[in-house]
Amino acid sequence: MSAAPLLEVRAIAKRFRGLQAVDDVSFAVPAGGIVALIGPNGAGKTTTFNLIAGAIAPDSGSVLLDGIDITGRRPDQACRAGIGRTFQLVKPFGGLTVLQNVMVGAFTATADRAAARQAAAEILDRLGLADKAESAARSLTLPERKRLEAARALATRPKILLLDEVMAGLRPTEIDRMVRVFSDLARDTGIAILLTEHVMRAVMALSHHIVVLHHGQKICEGTPEQVARDPQVLECYLGHGQASGPAPA
Amino acid sequence: MRAMAARDLSPRRAAALGLFVAVMLLLPLLVNAYIVSVLVVVLFSAYFGQSWNIMTGFAGQLSLGHALYVGLGAYTSAALFVHFGLLPWLGMLAGMAVAALAGGAIAALSFRFRVGGVYFALLTIAFAEFTRILFDHFGWVGATEGLFLPVANLAHDDPLRLRGSPRMFYYLLLALSLAALALSHHLLNRRVGYYWQAIREDEEAARALGIDVFRYKVAAMALSAAMTALGGGVLAFYDNNLYPDTVFAMSRSIEIITAPIIGGLGTLFGPVLGAVLLTGLGEIMTNLSNAAEISGLKQWFYGAALLAIVALQPSGLWPWLRRRLGLEEGRR
Amino acid sequence: MLYLNIIVSGLLTGAVYGLMALGLSVIFGVIRIVNFAHGEMMVLAMYGAYVVNARLGLDPLLVLPLVTLALFGLGYALQRLLINRYIARPDHEQFLLLLALATIITASLLMGFGPDARNVQLDYGYDSYQIGAILLDKVRVFAAGGAVLGAAALWSFFRFSRTGKAIRACADNQVGAQVVGLDVKRLYAVTFGLGAACVGAAGCLLLLLVDVQPYIATDYTLLAFIIVILGGLGSMPGALLGGILVGVSEALAGFLVEPSLKSAFSFGLLILVLLVRPQGLLGRA
Repeated sequence: MSAAPLLEVRAIAKRFRGLQAVDDVSFAVPAGGIVALIGPNGAGKTTTFNLIAGAIAPDSGSVLLDGIDITGRRPDQACRAGIGRTFQLVKPFGGLTVLQNVMVGAFTATADRAAARQAAAEILDRLGLADKAESAARSLTLPERKRLEAARALATRPKILLLDEVMAGLRPTEIDRMVRVFSDLARDTGIAILLTEHVMRAVMALSHHIVVLHHGQKICEGTPEQVARDPQVLECYLGHGQASGPAPA
Repeated sequence: MRAMAARDLSPRRAAALGLFVAVMLLLPLLVNAYIVSVLVVVLFSAYFGQSWNIMTGFAGQLSLGHALYVGLGAYTSAALFVHFGLLPWLGMLAGMAVAALAGGAIAALSFRFRVGGVYFALLTIAFAEFTRILFDHFGWVGATEGLFLPVANLAHDDPLRLRGSPRMFYYLLLALSLAALALSHHLLNRRVGYYWQAIREDEEAARALGIDVFRYKVAAMALSAAMTALGGGVLAFYDNNLYPDTVFAMSRSIEIITAPIIGGLGTLFGPVLGAVLLTGLGEIMTNLSNAAEISGLKQWFYGAALLAIVALQPSGLWPWLRRRLGLEEGRR
Repeated sequence: MLYLNIIVSGLLTGAVYGLMALGLSVIFGVIRIVNFAHGEMMVLAMYGAYVVNARLGLDPLLVLPLVTLALFGLGYALQRLLINRYIARPDHEQFLLLLALATIITASLLMGFGPDARNVQLDYGYDSYQIGAILLDKVRVFAAGGAVLGAAALWSFFRFSRTGKAIRACADNQVGAQVVGLDVKRLYAVTFGLGAACVGAAGCLLLLLVDVQPYIATDYTLLAFIIVILGGLGSMPGALLGGILVGVSEALAGFLVEPSLKSAFSFGLLILVLLVRPQGLLGRA
């Protein structure tokens, strides 16, 4: 991590009714970097996402985007500051068309409908949803909905994209396709990506850097190779049979 | 699918709209005075439905107390006219401002305190009923005795002072209703319309996409309230008498919302279709039950019709009719 | 002492209101449906008791079990055959459905009985108990006693019976209830039946105190809304507390300010509670 960080998370903590969901976690995402946040269920990954995206406010610690403190901002403010997020349980605007869904996101960057439409169409094209543009969002399959989530978030022109388990429930071929989509995206646009994922195949193929959480604490971070060899990680996480080990992209 | 913003007016849709406007323009010239009076009721219902539709159909916040804004609009313009001789249209502007403030305040209070869903709906009823009872004791506007506007027998219609025949009110309301249709269409096709629909579908997702949900909900309520109040002002000068128990009535709130739901919530033309059907149905039932001399028969059929519609076409009749007529938005 | 009399009288009436609202609260708490036909169902029950009283001269208190059972059946059937199809539909469709039912009930009563007010004549209608300086109407004491018994019966049902416990499990976690094999449809029907039974009993009791006519139904629906929101939608003790609060505040407002302002008091209270504590006094946050 040589470049100045785009996103910097400094010692954030959040406690829910006696349960320390996130405990003093710090990490950084450089501009253009792809960082994965992994850990077993209940490790605090989604809570960390929610803390960064403003869905919940941290008890302590801070979140900096491009050097600006965005700690405790509302979700809409965090979005306008440059954080685009997807939801683990997808939330499509079911009554709108796919194109309109993405246009809602695009309107954050422009008030002009033609421009929003143009931007949305380009993003749908990139995510392979162009042929579904006029379908109702509620008619999409789960993999399509996952891509719609990402497309909508992308349309807000974020500096960093937060992907919350967008591979879960997908078949291996679809996973490979998503991995390609996102690595192309990062390469072509220079956008930074922070993802949580259970699918190790995707994590290993996509990320430059991995942060491992366990019981709300960061237990290790490093390159995929380093993390995969870390005894602590193997103990708490990979040992549980969830992983398929490092896999070539 | 609800509230698809029309991308472009296809020739077929343009022709249908043109035909509709032409029929509505000619209709009062062809029918008798009784039918004109029924048509005025239809247009009031359509216009109020369109105003309510912005709040509930577009932005997805169920308001069950829109009679509040009818009443505020009606009483403000009528009282300013009676007490100060203020020109009705100016009084109606004042009424719109009062209603927008009231609606905005109610929305702001509710949404700030995270009151949503059915709780919000019940809160809107509470505010309407509370205001009704207050007006029952508000001497300046006549309390339960009512507020009366002087009736002038003019030889010709005077739209500026809102004195005239039912036919004049018909055209006035037709203009308002068409304006509401144009405004709704315009808003749906702009950022604000997309934002409202996003909020209606999923607030959390809307928020994550950078939408200031609170602001847009309050704006929807204020606009909807102001539009409703404008209709309330016209109602005051059409009826010439105002009683809190009829103007602010819970039953009025219910009437306002049934037409758009029947017609198709969140659609542009649904409120108009619903108004035509429900008012028409109501008139037929009234005549039939008067003939049969059974009290309650009208309401019984009305309830049965509502039940039939909610059972057969719960998302409203307009989406269904639109398909039948081949007037769906162009899919490219 | 006059105040004390008024307060106690409001308290007793409030207990009946509480039982009525309990029905609404139970239905919402479990099925998440707002019964916009609640007052109408109660007025239907009141007419039921009225008819038996007028024909056979039976005291509404004796007819109460029968009317309660009938309303249970009505509620059960409505939920099973009609309302169940709408539980996952948007709020406005549920509203329209129940509005249609409410309209049909009121219209049917109008057709059957006309718009005039009806009441029951009881030979103990003007009797009262004297406790110290407090004078209690006999009918009010009976009504309140019945309401408390009814609420206690419902509470025991939810607390001790198998079905009651299953319904509570269902309210906490519908998916989980389905997973462990509970017949959610049947439990919902029982719940709506119980909610209707509450207004069945409350209607018989209220008939001791007030006249009945078809159009007052909406007022009772609104009253029930006020009460459950005050107490907390879905909370059983909350509904009783809300009912008593509204009963007392109505009695005091009617005496101190002006009778016609008494419901403004209740609505004002409702607005205040919704804005300060939207989950109601005893509702869970």
